Amino acid sequence: MCNRRDPLIPQIGVITHVETETPDVKTFRIVRPEGGKLFDHMPGQCAMICVPGVSEGMFSITSSPTNREYQEFSIKRCGMLTEQLHSLEPGDQVTVRGPYGNHFPVETELKGKDLLFIAGGIGLAPLRSVINYVLDNRQDYGKIDILYGARSADDLVRRKEMEEVWMKAPGVNGYLTIDVAQEGWNGHVGFVPDYLKEIGFAADKTALVCGPPIMIKFVLAALEGMGYTKEQVYTTLELRMKCGIGKCGRCNIGSKYVCKDGPVFRLDQIEELPDEY
Amino acid sequence: MYKITKENLRALFREIAGSRELYLPVEMGGQVNFGVWDEDAKVRLDVLKTVKSPKDIFFPQAETLYTCTGSGKNIRIKPQELKDRDFVVFGMRACDVRGVKVLDQVFLSDPQDTYYAARRAHGILVSMACGRPEESCFCSTFGIDAAAPEGDVAAWMTEKDLFLKPLTEKGEQFITSVESLLTKAEDEAETVEAEQKRIREILEKLPYRNLSLDGWDGGATEEKFDSPIWETLYRPCLACGTCTFVCPTCQCYDIKDYRTAEGVQRYRCWDSCMYSDFTLMAGGNNRTTQLQRFRQRFMHKLIYFPANNQGMYSCVGCGRCVEKCPSSLNIVKVIKAFEKQGGGANV
Repeated sequence: MCNRRDPLIPQIGVITHVETETPDVKTFRIVRPEGGKLFDHMPGQCAMICVPGVSEGMFSITSSPTNREYQEFSIKRCGMLTEQLHSLEPGDQVTVRGPYGNHFPVETELKGKDLLFIAGGIGLAPLRSVINYVLDNRQDYGKIDILYGARSADDLVRRKEMEEVWMKAPGVNGYLTIDVAQEGWNGHVGFVPDYLKEIGFAADKTALVCGPPIMIKFVLAALEGMGYTKEQVYTTLELRMKCGIGKCGRCNIGSKYVCKDGPVFRLDQIEELPDEY
Repeated sequence: MYKITKENLRALFREIAGSRELYLPVEMGGQVNFGVWDEDAKVRLDVLKTVKSPKDIFFPQAETLYTCTGSGKNIRIKPQELKDRDFVVFGMRACDVRGVKVLDQVFLSDPQDTYYAARRAHGILVSMACGRPEESCFCSTFGIDAAAPEGDVAAWMTEKDLFLKPLTEKGEQFITSVESLLTKAEDEAETVEAEQKRIREILEKLPYRNLSLDGWDGGATEEKFDSPIWETLYRPCLACGTCTFVCPTCQCYDIKDYRTAEGVQRYRCWDSCMYSDFTLMAGGNNRTTQLQRFRQRFMHKLIYFPANNQGMYSCVGCGRCVEKCPSSLNIVKVIKAFEKQGGGANV
């Protein structure tokens, strides 16, 4: 192990558990070689995971800070690195550095608010950290609504947790939807933005939105139509990152670095940025 | 103030190099760049601009960050040793010294880059006034005085002598370390002042002397970003990235793996925002056109960087991009293009 502190030098992480969520998403549980959490983080923060000799990539930490034992990352297979990560098994090691970036303002602006979580596909990963944080500090927040959709029932990440934990928790309403009808699915069918309008949440909540860019685009428009102001909506940006500390230049947009000043932005902050995300 | 005759410079270099690494402009293969001095080095203090800026002494074009050995269930990480010996960079021009200050804003800000910080801590900057500024120079636009460079020690080359003036504590220590070879020149301030006057007279005659940054004060970001000027301005750009590599302030980098017999070396190397894969992700690319990439480089240097760094521009007017761009495209053209639209004074 290394003793020098440099933001670019990682620590070793050991995978202790791998859960296959969907045909292309796995959730990895990672701890230090001697056991215990890699570091402390806040909901929405990310970390750089590397398979030496392959590549390194930024992933949001999907477990809640209230989890004292380990960190979890839900990772979708879509490139060289993620392909390699998906081949790893418990006991295998990776390198991890972080946590990086800002976080959802769970201790400040979100406190006492009714929260509306809107997620699409793998976009549930960063929000899951917030959801579990909020549920573990239930008295600090108001009513909770979770709207989650995916292409198909098989593509719903953390479906079991959603149905068996979150939807059974006090003061939580959950809504699941899939894009196209399929056998065995009795729930709602339709895109997330349409379902959002159909449910028609009152505009007195704070919305946290994560998902594919196209979903975010239509969800934001829908929220606006429902009377939500830009100050009531939070989302995350995702750009190419290498250093994670605002120096390598890749994720620069306007005077912001998504890795350091983001990934969490309030909608009014995003609108100040050049239209390049 | 101290001085040394030109004939004795070799002895000075030998003295410096005896206990420290000495970097200075040397000619190799027909090109002059900063390199390590040895007895056979062809020193070219007369050359105003090295092809590459001396930024790679502090931020190398490629450097190993750490080495990973083992794999699978037993990975070990060995960080690269940090620079731990003093070294001297001799003959840096005023623009390049400011270039290092721009890099400081990036690499020394929290969280600090320890590789860069170690080199800065051990590096002694001996700058040299520009005896013969060239027509591609426009450092004055950024408030840089080529006749009075910053650094730990400033130097002026006259017909017979090199005058040296320590500017920092580090500079004082450097002077002390080579004092036996220097002559005190407290009463020769006039000679240096005359040289400064001569330099400033040349600066006054340079073609870009009136290049103005009016309108690039950090405001009107959206207006500049959305301007139709970019659509014609970017066209000659070949996306070769030459401007970014010769630039003293460009600091974008990549981090990659190199497999060796001893393990996987994780290294970083200069990268360029001019390249199409710079922002490419598995999930898409937020700058798909050269117009977007071209605009990003100049918006960053003239608007985004100053916004984050108390108004400091990420350009020092060294003019290397002016000289090296194969399409004769450069930051001067960008600044001027916006001036014509009422963005600043006429040039």
